[in-house]
Amino acid sequence: MTWTKLARIAIKTALFFALCNVVFAATGALDWLNSVSLHNLILPGRARLPYGENPGQSYSLSPDSLTVMFAAHRLRQPKAADEYRIVLIGDSGVWGWLLSTNETLDAALNERDLRAADGRRMRFYNLAYPIQAALKDLMLLDEAAQYAPDAVVWFTTLDGFPRDKQVYPPLVQRNPDRARELIHRYTLALDPADARFVEGGGWWDRTIFGARRQIADWLRLQVFAVAWAATGVDQAMTEVQPVRVDQDADLTWNGSAAPRDLTRRDLALEVLAAGAARAESAGTALLIVNEPIFITPGANGDVRYNSWYPRWAYDSYRALLAAECADRGWACLDLWDAVPSDHFTDSPVHLTASGWQIVAQAVANQIGSMP
Amino acid sequence: MDLSRLLTQRLYAWLLLIAGGAAVFLLQPRLPIRFSDFLLPTASIGLVIAAWWWSRAPEQRPTRQDAFAAALLVGVVLLLALNRYLPETSRITPSRPPDLGALIAGMAAAAGAAVALWRVLREVSVGGRTGVLIILIIGLFILLKTELLAGILSAAWRGATGQDVQIASALDLNWLGFSYIAFRLIHTLLDRRSGLLPALALRDYAVYALFPPALIAGPIDRADRFAAELASERRWDADRWARGGARIAVGVFKKFVLADTLALGLALNAVNVDQAQGAGALWLLLYGYALRLFFDFSGYSDIAIGVGIWLGIQLPENFDRPYFKTTLTAFWQSWHKTLGDWARFYVFSPLTRALLRRDRKPSPAVIVGIGHLATMLLIGLWHGVTINFAVWGLWQAAGLYAHKRWSDATRGWYRGLNQKPSQKRLWTLLTWFITFHYIVLGWVWFALPHFDDSLRALGRLFGVGW
Repeated sequence: MTWTKLARIAIKTALFFALCNVVFAATGALDWLNSVSLHNLILPGRARLPYGENPGQSYSLSPDSLTVMFAAHRLRQPKAADEYRIVLIGDSGVWGWLLSTNETLDAALNERDLRAADGRRMRFYNLAYPIQAALKDLMLLDEAAQYAPDAVVWFTTLDGFPRDKQVYPPLVQRNPDRARELIHRYTLALDPADARFVEGGGWWDRTIFGARRQIADWLRLQVFAVAWAATGVDQAMTEVQPVRVDQDADLTWNGSAAPRDLTRRDLALEVLAAGAARAESAGTALLIVNEPIFITPGANGDVRYNSWYPRWAYDSYRALLAAECADRGWACLDLWDAVPSDHFTDSPVHLTASGWQIVAQAVANQIGSMP
Repeated sequence: MDLSRLLTQRLYAWLLLIAGGAAVFLLQPRLPIRFSDFLLPTASIGLVIAAWWWSRAPEQRPTRQDAFAAALLVGVVLLLALNRYLPETSRITPSRPPDLGALIAGMAAAAGAAVALWRVLREVSVGGRTGVLIILIIGLFILLKTELLAGILSAAWRGATGQDVQIASALDLNWLGFSYIAFRLIHTLLDRRSGLLPALALRDYAVYALFPPALIAGPIDRADRFAAELASERRWDADRWARGGARIAVGVFKKFVLADTLALGLALNAVNVDQAQGAGALWLLLYGYALRLFFDFSGYSDIAIGVGIWLGIQLPENFDRPYFKTTLTAFWQSWHKTLGDWARFYVFSPLTRALLRRDRKPSPAVIVGIGHLATMLLIGLWHGVTINFAVWGLWQAAGLYAHKRWSDATRGWYRGLNQKPSQKRLWTLLTWFITFHYIVLGWVWFALPHFDDSLRALGRLFGVGW
């Protein structure tokens, strides 16, 4: 080996790597890679979208790409001829925070083995994802529409509608093009130039070097797919800090201290309308469910329902949502007080398995009457 | 570029000495007990100097060069101790070193104690003298590797530094490289007893014991071989950089891509052993653990050997495709070879020789059995003084003994297989399968910390206990 030969090897290696990067970016290999998953190929699909705050313990992580997320989900499996496909959209509660996959709402509904009016078997798919924001839910609904759902059940709560929170979830921030496209398509009163959007997607970001974070996440998710298949674990169960019972006599909600009537300017209810339009365009039925909240039996329960919501704000939201449902003719189900306070875990919207059974029964009753 | 023109042999060895002295501090992870991540590396250097002094040849007088080497090592310690006076963001030590005055007083007291011990032992035979230091090092080893004892030591140290004793843990005393340094020092002391150790200057001895690439995960080289490497003419030509670089690249890939990927939940551990949903899943995790362990350890060895090549020192190989071996004996000649060689040389051979020399000598089968038992028990306990590591050692000893008996009994039949190639191929495949799975099942004891968990896992692997 001579210095000249060593230098030639180094130069050739660098050129080869550069060429690989160019080819990777030019052929859109990242998109192809994102759509490939061990799930649904040689391993079963996940019961809920991958989300992991502690990847090593939950055998899951939170990918930026919706394509990667859906490729790992069992919704990707072909729809059976006798299947009536229903997707559940919502927040961490519906996703099943602190619950295993056989304790979640979709599991509770699937075990009921419900039939549609035409005799098809109802199969429920959990497409909920942590952090409340209607725009995040709309993004998931839009993606889910590709998988031929017959119905969508969309769980909402007040904290999913403040305008300034629509771009709060990292999933929205890291998918600015999708978010902007939805904002423009449905003329949502949201800022497409929100500074929280994480810009990317340029040519450089599509090279191997530029996309190294996405490629590493994709690879780790494939490894976690095997670990998940071996263990069934997709969430690191942390010690439960029980939901706060006694409340402060504080009227503040989202920066507003004085009780008033909330309006459509406060809440991005037009995102719900966009979801309804998207469902309609896909020929999909839509049921909007105001999800159950913890109603405190403790101190200051006359001022606040729980640590998130003062009564004035939540009551105003419910009234506004009910009016919207009536005005637009949406199928809506208000389950805000359907679950007793002892069926909550660590937050005002995180239910126990028995709590979700109550919700499942209510949804099952309602969904039978849907078109 | 030929650095050998720039760095003469002698100057280069001095540079390696400084690098080794500094590396024990700079590679030491931060520890929760105050000053421990400075004092433990200081103790490493103290032990090396003491072991050199103890292992000198009877006729070997300390030279000026030795005094300079000792002064240089002490100088490195004191220089790094000055990090105490730097802001936290500028420090290169893992945490704030102790007060310089107290450190000097402590080092002087330790040196005084060592000198006093030496004076007491001066008239004792070489074997007796070295034996005392070997017992001291082994005692220290047992203290650190036994959870209960290390926990007590941690609590005492925490108490002395005014820290919370309640959260004391054996993990507080993660002394970088001690297992490897200790076995290198014991090797030199044992070789002094048997007269095999050549006369080594302190500089060369310390470079051997503290060679930075081999501090974290070995290999455990022999001092005479290393000293010959150190003294040899070296050229930093393109071939050396290419060979070293390729070896490091392979090691980095094994360790940081393969092993760390398998560690993401694909390798058996104390958590997922109870999460596995069926025997198939448990086997998958066990295979994952076997591969992770190999890629992790052999990856580190590759990196160490590669960096050694770059530094002009060819370290010994530590692995030779161990999972492809068709007998357990061959596996142990190809897995962590330097530790296996060490144990064979200093435990198996002397023990079996001693048993053979007895008037009422046991049968050869018993001698071999005792030899394997002692050797593998030592290798197991080297990883930690726990029941599981002991059981793992017994598992290996039982396997080696069974293989020895089997191969003795079937030698003639096996020779006959040479005439039947297809049957021999089939037999080779079968022996590989049995050997591999015996090793893999042994890892259950190695991977899990508790005896009950391991026993349950072994049962579940075969469908029992679900």
